[in-house]
Amino acid sequence: MLSEEEIHKIAKLSYLSLTPEEVKKFQKELSGILSFFEEISEINTDGVIPTAQITGLTDMLRLDNPVQNISADALLKSSQHCIRDHQVCVPAIL
Amino acid sequence: MISSLLSDFRSKKKSAQDITEEHLARIAEKDPEIGAFLYINAENARKKAKERDSSGDFSAPLAGIPMTLKDIIAVEGLQNTAGSKILEGYISPYSSTVWKKLEEAGAILLGKVNTDEFTMGSSCENSAYKITKNPHDFSRVPGGSSGGSAASVASDMGIFSIGSDTGGSIRQPANFCGVVGIKPSYGRVSRSGCISYASSFDTIGPLAKTVEDTAIVLSVIAGHDPLDATTPDIPVPNYAQEISHNIKGKKIGLIKEFLQADGIRPEIKEETLKTAQELEKKGAILQEVSLSLTKYAVSTYYLLVKAEASTNMARYDGIRYGPSVSPKSLHDMYEHNRSLFGDEVKRAIMMGTYTLSAGYYDAYYLKAAKVRTLIKQEYEQIFETVDAIIAPVSPFPPFCIGEKIDDPLAMYLADIFTVPINLAGICGISVPTGFRNGLPTGVQVLGKAFHESQIFSIASVIENL
Repeated sequence: MLSEEEIHKIAKLSYLSLTPEEVKKFQKELSGILSFFEEISEINTDGVIPTAQITGLTDMLRLDNPVQNISADALLKSSQHCIRDHQVCVPAIL
Repeated sequence: MISSLLSDFRSKKKSAQDITEEHLARIAEKDPEIGAFLYINAENARKKAKERDSSGDFSAPLAGIPMTLKDIIAVEGLQNTAGSKILEGYISPYSSTVWKKLEEAGAILLGKVNTDEFTMGSSCENSAYKITKNPHDFSRVPGGSSGGSAASVASDMGIFSIGSDTGGSIRQPANFCGVVGIKPSYGRVSRSGCISYASSFDTIGPLAKTVEDTAIVLSVIAGHDPLDATTPDIPVPNYAQEISHNIKGKKIGLIKEFLQADGIRPEIKEETLKTAQELEKKGAILQEVSLSLTKYAVSTYYLLVKAEASTNMARYDGIRYGPSVSPKSLHDMYEHNRSLFGDEVKRAIMMGTYTLSAGYYDAYYLKAAKVRTLIKQEYEQIFETVDAIIAPVSPFPPFCIGEKIDDPLAMYLADIFTVPINLAGICGISVPTGFRNGLPTGVQVLGKAFHESQIFSIASVIENL
């Protein structure tokens, strides 16, 4: 069972702010789900190589040439922030 | 359907404008109730249809064919919400490879359709925008996450649709709505410009009314793409031409563990067995096969997928995407924006963050990645003895809206017949078999990686039974 502190810690690492109700809800749900998933510990995986790329492709190389020309205007249009002097305004962080 | 439409266009029996108008009229009539569309591209569709008719050129494989795209597939200048509030108002600055290929082939985009938020879900109920209803019973879900795609095709609001399948998101809604949907082998179709859920699982594929139509569309969208390094350079056949109705001597496996799975409804098992027996009558050889790790597939899948999702979701930091706010600090800005995520996305992020964190990584993520290797090997071994597998898609028929939303684990467990295919990277096609109590029934046919032609042929025999 995950503790409330653990849920707070995970939420902090994930940059999610949770209400006290959400903390309780996710504590219950995630504990149930993860304890069920622990069933995979029954499987012997000694010497097994983990799979992250299923087709087995490795080292897909390409020339480092710019190929996609996305216009700055299109990129600016995709932002929700205010645009000033053809630049995105972001909040001051310092 | 696509080939007969094309011949009508070519012989000038029908025009692209007629077909587009027919579809737009149906969308206006039916979609207020069904709720498949997040964006209707009416003006642009009319313009493209007119251009096509004026050119008189219907030589391209999808010339003048109206269709829909799941709202995770980028089209330059249009929204791409992924069913999430965090992408509300976002306009794609470039087009996905899939859309570029479809556009080149002459397809006409009618609109962008609903999905569970970031494709995380199997009922479309996790969309932040709307509930999509099953066209066969408005009290029931269309399945998900490509529920908008399946519902639009099933109710004639598009000749075909492009969806995505990370753990069943094409096959299960196709099954629930009574249409055909193929999850191609991992890497068969470029993911460039498609919003990610879990990058080592995500696949893009078509849903349509017939097996032949999905085959025609897959030939258009498949192939190596320099913009997606996970697409192997394997030639793309003309899948529709390769469909053979002769299945004499084909060895078709039935997975023992699927048919004995907890929670499978008797009528679902019966439908699979009945379809298999029909194939036997057509000359196929049935063979029971065992995949002993089936029981662990859901756990393995969700551990890996949520880990990958948590890293993919990290890009939604409120700077590149998300509404503008006036935060007190950078931390405040992140949290403010990320509070727009729905519950399933929050669960994914937290679960993935936990299983990837120091002290838990080996027991959860790494262990699951090793089990994935074993599951892949099991499937490879099975495909040494059989040509294809026939299996159920969902353990139960389409369920009622709201019925399962409060139990995420139960929702995950319902993916038992679809997720192993994504773990193994192989291909699978969901094909309807009829109706029972007014709701669609169907099966899926599974094949070796990059052997889509094989499953198209068997699915085509099933649709003609």
